[in-house]
Amino acid sequence: MIAELGLALLWMAAALAALQLVVGSLALRAEGRALAGMVRPVAVMQGLLVLAAFGALITLFVTTDLSVKLVVENSHSAKPLIFKIAGTWGNHEGSMLMWVTIMAIGGAFVALIERRLDEPTLMATLAGQAFISLGFYVFLLFASNPFARLATPAEEGQGLNPLLQDIGLAFHPPTLYIGYVGLSIAFSFAIGALVTRNVGPAFARAMRPWVLGAWIFLTLGITAGSYWAYYTLGWGGWWFWDPVENASLMPWLAATALLHSVSVLQSRDALRAWTVMLGVVAFSMSMVGTFLVRSGILTSVHAFAVDPQRGAFILALLAIDIGGALALFTLRAGTVTEGARFAFVSREAALVFNNVMLCGILGIVLIGTLYPLVTEAYGVKVSVGAPYFNPAAAMFAFPMFAVMTVGPLLRWRHDRLSGLPGRRKLWPVLVCATLALAVFIGVEWAAHRINLLPALGLAIASGLFPASLLPLKGRNLRRTPLPVWGMVLAHAGIAVALFGMASESAFSVERLAALSLGASREVGPWHVTLDGMMPIAGPNWTALEASVSTRYAGAAPVVLHPKAESFSNPPGTRNESALETRWNGQLYVVLGEQAGDGRWQMRFWWKPFVPLIWIGGAMVGIGGALALLGRVLSEIRRLVAKDKIAYRRMRQGR
Amino acid sequence: MTALLRPKHQRLVLVLFALAALIGAGLLAAFALSRQASFFYIPSDIAAHPPEPGRAVRLGGMVQKGSLKTMPDGVTIHFTVTDGKAWVPVRFTGITPDLFVEGSGVVAEGRMEGGTFVADNLLAKHDEKYVPREMKNMTENDAKQVVAQTK
Repeated sequence: MIAELGLALLWMAAALAALQLVVGSLALRAEGRALAGMVRPVAVMQGLLVLAAFGALITLFVTTDLSVKLVVENSHSAKPLIFKIAGTWGNHEGSMLMWVTIMAIGGAFVALIERRLDEPTLMATLAGQAFISLGFYVFLLFASNPFARLATPAEEGQGLNPLLQDIGLAFHPPTLYIGYVGLSIAFSFAIGALVTRNVGPAFARAMRPWVLGAWIFLTLGITAGSYWAYYTLGWGGWWFWDPVENASLMPWLAATALLHSVSVLQSRDALRAWTVMLGVVAFSMSMVGTFLVRSGILTSVHAFAVDPQRGAFILALLAIDIGGALALFTLRAGTVTEGARFAFVSREAALVFNNVMLCGILGIVLIGTLYPLVTEAYGVKVSVGAPYFNPAAAMFAFPMFAVMTVGPLLRWRHDRLSGLPGRRKLWPVLVCATLALAVFIGVEWAAHRINLLPALGLAIASGLFPASLLPLKGRNLRRTPLPVWGMVLAHAGIAVALFGMASESAFSVERLAALSLGASREVGPWHVTLDGMMPIAGPNWTALEASVSTRYAGAAPVVLHPKAESFSNPPGTRNESALETRWNGQLYVVLGEQAGDGRWQMRFWWKPFVPLIWIGGAMVGIGGALALLGRVLSEIRRLVAKDKIAYRRMRQGR
Repeated sequence: MTALLRPKHQRLVLVLFALAALIGAGLLAAFALSRQASFFYIPSDIAAHPPEPGRAVRLGGMVQKGSLKTMPDGVTIHFTVTDGKAWVPVRFTGITPDLFVEGSGVVAEGRMEGGTFVADNLLAKHDEKYVPREMKNMTENDAKQVVAQTK
């Protein structure tokens, strides 16, 4: 019953999306103006309906309704409740339903709260949003119906891939999806503005919070995903340049560029066409990512859909949406007039440089991700990894970081670096640069084996961190607006994360050993001893748990418990690493198999300052959140002030 | 020199700068890929055209029955990968994937050193749903024969 209800709700939502598209487009013409009042309520209703459909699917998973095909294939009655709920989106159909749900709710929010954009552009935006959603509704209803029933109910479900049975799954996909799909709103805004030819500061002001929101979620989603891979895969790495990771990085790079160019458009009315273009590119990257991940072209725990029909379907959607947007851009870009001018030394110029470098990195990542797919079409199988991505991306990233130190200090439009004010601005930057140089020389001198890239990374991070605090210099800290704090925190977060990455790559110590009970090893500054081995059992798994006592140079010993877990439904295994975090790094312990002679294979890493990677990522996300909060608060203050004025006027009888 | 360019010129300069950077990225990518992409080999390819020593490649095939030996340190293993036509000795130091057993399929990432393939990483066939894609064709075409031969 609930499955049928869910399907019916989904059809109704799809019908409303079609209505939203038609009415929204008609409302742009003079004859259809009367219909304009309908668009907002339809968008809100569509959001509510699809949310209810998603709720129906969650209910089916929670009650483990074994007559529903999707539940049988991906769930099991003995699974803990949280994984029953998370299992709803741990499969192709469910994740696609979550995608349209977030997309429709995003559209509903725009319809509800967006008041500053001019009405025609908003109509075009909502119509654009409905157009994209409609493609995904068709995909869901015709090629991947999540509510399909089985002719005869199954005895028991087949369970969820053990790798996915992790608390990370409960949060990681929804977070990333909100990011991906949030960019669809930026995309729709860009389409709307192109249709009405109304690209300017008002448009940028309306679009910016959506870009910022999507970007915050993408940042946090990528950071959390990286940590999840780090501790569940047991490989000791935090980023593998896996196509699936790249699929989330590419929209992030485009969204970061968009975020900065929108700020130029809002404050200075420059970079009009470029901002619209980035809006199109950012969501296109989300779609390309979805295509790569979901089409079955790649093999990973993320590739649910191995059905080639689905891959073709997503590819067709991709071609229609991106191709259409690019065609519209080509037709209309010429009519978007040039924006305001700026000098070579100005904040705009620094942001343009940042944008172009980000696009360069995006190009590097995109080419490296697609290259294996292209060569495979010609029968040559290759894989592309860190030896390609790291240096090629660094060629663009490092110059960008250098400009980041000075960019936020420059004035809009035109600044001078000579003369007294220029010097006052420049000398702190020079101090930071000297610090970076000192760190570089120190690292190269003290540790000869360190590669160039990590050494450069350490140096740049040490210079960038203090430099990113400089915008606060000379300000009254209590009166500094929240968005400035946000920017400072986000830029400092980049430096912190870069330091963690460089330190991990430069100073990690790895030990691989076969240990008998009671045997010890040295791992960098750590002394580790295998004390015991114990079988334990969970609700749907059994495991071997090792007791490893570890002692950091003279400190009190800590006992760690790495596990090797075996799952029964479906059968599978997972190595759960054990981590011990200190202020200056992390010890990472993995339990392997028992060798023929009874010794246990164990793997240890000492990774100095590795947690800074995720702390930095979180700082970037929180920085974004502060900026967004600042904007929302000032908007609320503005509305309150407006209401007060209106109220006083009313009382005075004017 | 005036500090501000005329609008038309400014747009032109921006477009040229962006194009230069993107073309630069493309050229850099092409150059780096030609040197850094690691190619997929099966044992007969290695026998016919061995990759230059030290170049990162991937080797895929079946682990020959009876070839797996653990060294005295307990963590280094030697085994032979075969496609039924050629045989390549492999050395690997590390924890093997869970489903890595003799007779199963494997993809090894590493490089040739002398006549031995030194693997940094092993990818084993996980289960029916998550097969390394390079092995899919092979398991269909050759693997059954290979397993039959090496049994």
